[in-house]
Amino acid sequence: MSVPKDYKFSESHEWVREEGDNIVTIGITDYAQDKLGDIVAVELRRVGDEVERGESVGNIDSQKSSSEIMSPVAGVIIEINEDVEDDAGLVNSGPYEEGWLLRIEIEDASQLEDLMSAEDYEEYIGTLEDE
Amino acid sequence: MDFTPHTETEIAEMLEVIGVSSIDELFGVIPERFKVQDQIKLPEPMSEPEVLAHMRDLAAKNKLVTSFLGAGAYNHYVPSVVHHLVGRGEFLTAYTPYQPELSQGTLMAQFEYQTMVASLLGMDVSNASMYEGATALAEGCLMAIKHTRRDKILIASTVHPQYRKVVGSYVGPENLVLAPFDETGAIDFAKIGGLLDDTIAAVVAQTPNFFGVIEDFGKISELAHNAGALSIATFSEPLAFGLIEPPGSLGADIAAGEGQSLGLPLSFGGPYLGMFAVKQPFVRGMPGRLIGRTVDSRGNTCYTLTLAAREQHIRRERASSNICSNEGLCAVMSAIHMSMLGKSGLYKLAKFNHFRAERVKNMLVSAGLKIAFSGPTFNEFVVSLGKPASKVVETLSKDGLVPGLALDKTVLNISDGLLIAVTENNSDKDIERLISALKSA
Repeated sequence: MSVPKDYKFSESHEWVREEGDNIVTIGITDYAQDKLGDIVAVELRRVGDEVERGESVGNIDSQKSSSEIMSPVAGVIIEINEDVEDDAGLVNSGPYEEGWLLRIEIEDASQLEDLMSAEDYEEYIGTLEDE
Repeated sequence: MDFTPHTETEIAEMLEVIGVSSIDELFGVIPERFKVQDQIKLPEPMSEPEVLAHMRDLAAKNKLVTSFLGAGAYNHYVPSVVHHLVGRGEFLTAYTPYQPELSQGTLMAQFEYQTMVASLLGMDVSNASMYEGATALAEGCLMAIKHTRRDKILIASTVHPQYRKVVGSYVGPENLVLAPFDETGAIDFAKIGGLLDDTIAAVVAQTPNFFGVIEDFGKISELAHNAGALSIATFSEPLAFGLIEPPGSLGADIAAGEGQSLGLPLSFGGPYLGMFAVKQPFVRGMPGRLIGRTVDSRGNTCYTLTLAAREQHIRRERASSNICSNEGLCAVMSAIHMSMLGKSGLYKLAKFNHFRAERVKNMLVSAGLKIAFSGPTFNEFVVSLGKPASKVVETLSKDGLVPGLALDKTVLNISDGLLIAVTENNSDKDIERLISALKSA
């Protein structure tokens, strides 16, 4: 399972990549897309929406399930990946790259410190697999 | 045998757990005046021959009338084969089955229904049906509100008044903006420009509308789209689309209405059939069940529910609609009826309806009556009687002729307006009787 070193992670399997200027990109992890199976649809909130940390910013539907995407940060949505809305399979094929979901402008960068590092996340999914 | 869901002991145990001493105490908060005081008054039980005799007596009370009523429910001929086929035990379900491994026949029949409805309405995808026209339309409005994230619905006042009421109770009456009609009996385009602002999620119009008038739906769609709203078509007489251009070809994003006129008997107002279809980009926001065609592990064609992740049983409270059920049997009836008609039959039947209605119109005009609106109509139209229509209907009904619906009894309140529907089931004799009765009324 791929876990990029310079990303940060949430317990609900979203990743965060810092882009500078208080802008972050978020998506779901390789682990999450693997568990969901074939993703058939992605619905995202709109640009301009203000979101709280832990608030739903969209839905990911696979053949037989529907999961909410929880924002790992608080801020304002400044861009959404329209490509994944057209072709949800991008989340399966490249969860960390072409399958990114939203860009959010955050006010307070310190909130990123609460997220897991790649190492912590790897350990975390290890414990989930053990269960 | 009594139906006994719980024994006295079980009831006592449950009451103890919740800390109440008796059933009476449990329901103590309900005021006495709302409680049934005596036994519910039901007649004594009857033997089978007694029941049959009783039913015969009841049936004898039915009066055979000659009717020109339409207004949302249409008296069309339903071929015997529809009843025969739909009576087969294999089809007897009101639902869309979950288990494809044992429901291929039903799924295939409903898939055919979807295909025919989409084709009839000129849309991309139809669901496996909804309860009836009004709630189908209301669901369409909810979809538009969610999609556009706007609150209001601009609805033509020529949409069936009962549909309008149902939509109002779904979206909130304060969110309905009424578009007036003009002397054509269709939307008054001069008056809706100012109403179409950025709060409007969708423009809704019925075609043919409640007055039977065919709306300029292409123009309605264009105005809606220019304002960033969706265009929703509703209908109560889909047979019209055998002859006139269907809403899908005229820019409708959603088409939702009543399917009774294609294969279902009037049967006192139900069960009917909600037809619901969308253009491709809106498929995922669509309510109801959807059946898809695929291949199984052996490469055989098969049918199964598809795009189920958008539905309530998976998405729970985040689902866009709580409708997970449909009118499976009625949809199958409609599919059988449409397949019996075929494309050319549908066209011929529609043309015949239009032709007969036009003939009745001309006869009424020759008899000195006026047609209320100048817009083109399909098989239904409003005639001005020059006197309160309800009085006329009341008098004629006593002699077994229901000449149509008196519009002074509707919210549209056209005091001398009589809404007349003419179908293939109205014989020449019926028509002559109608003309002479209205002439001398």
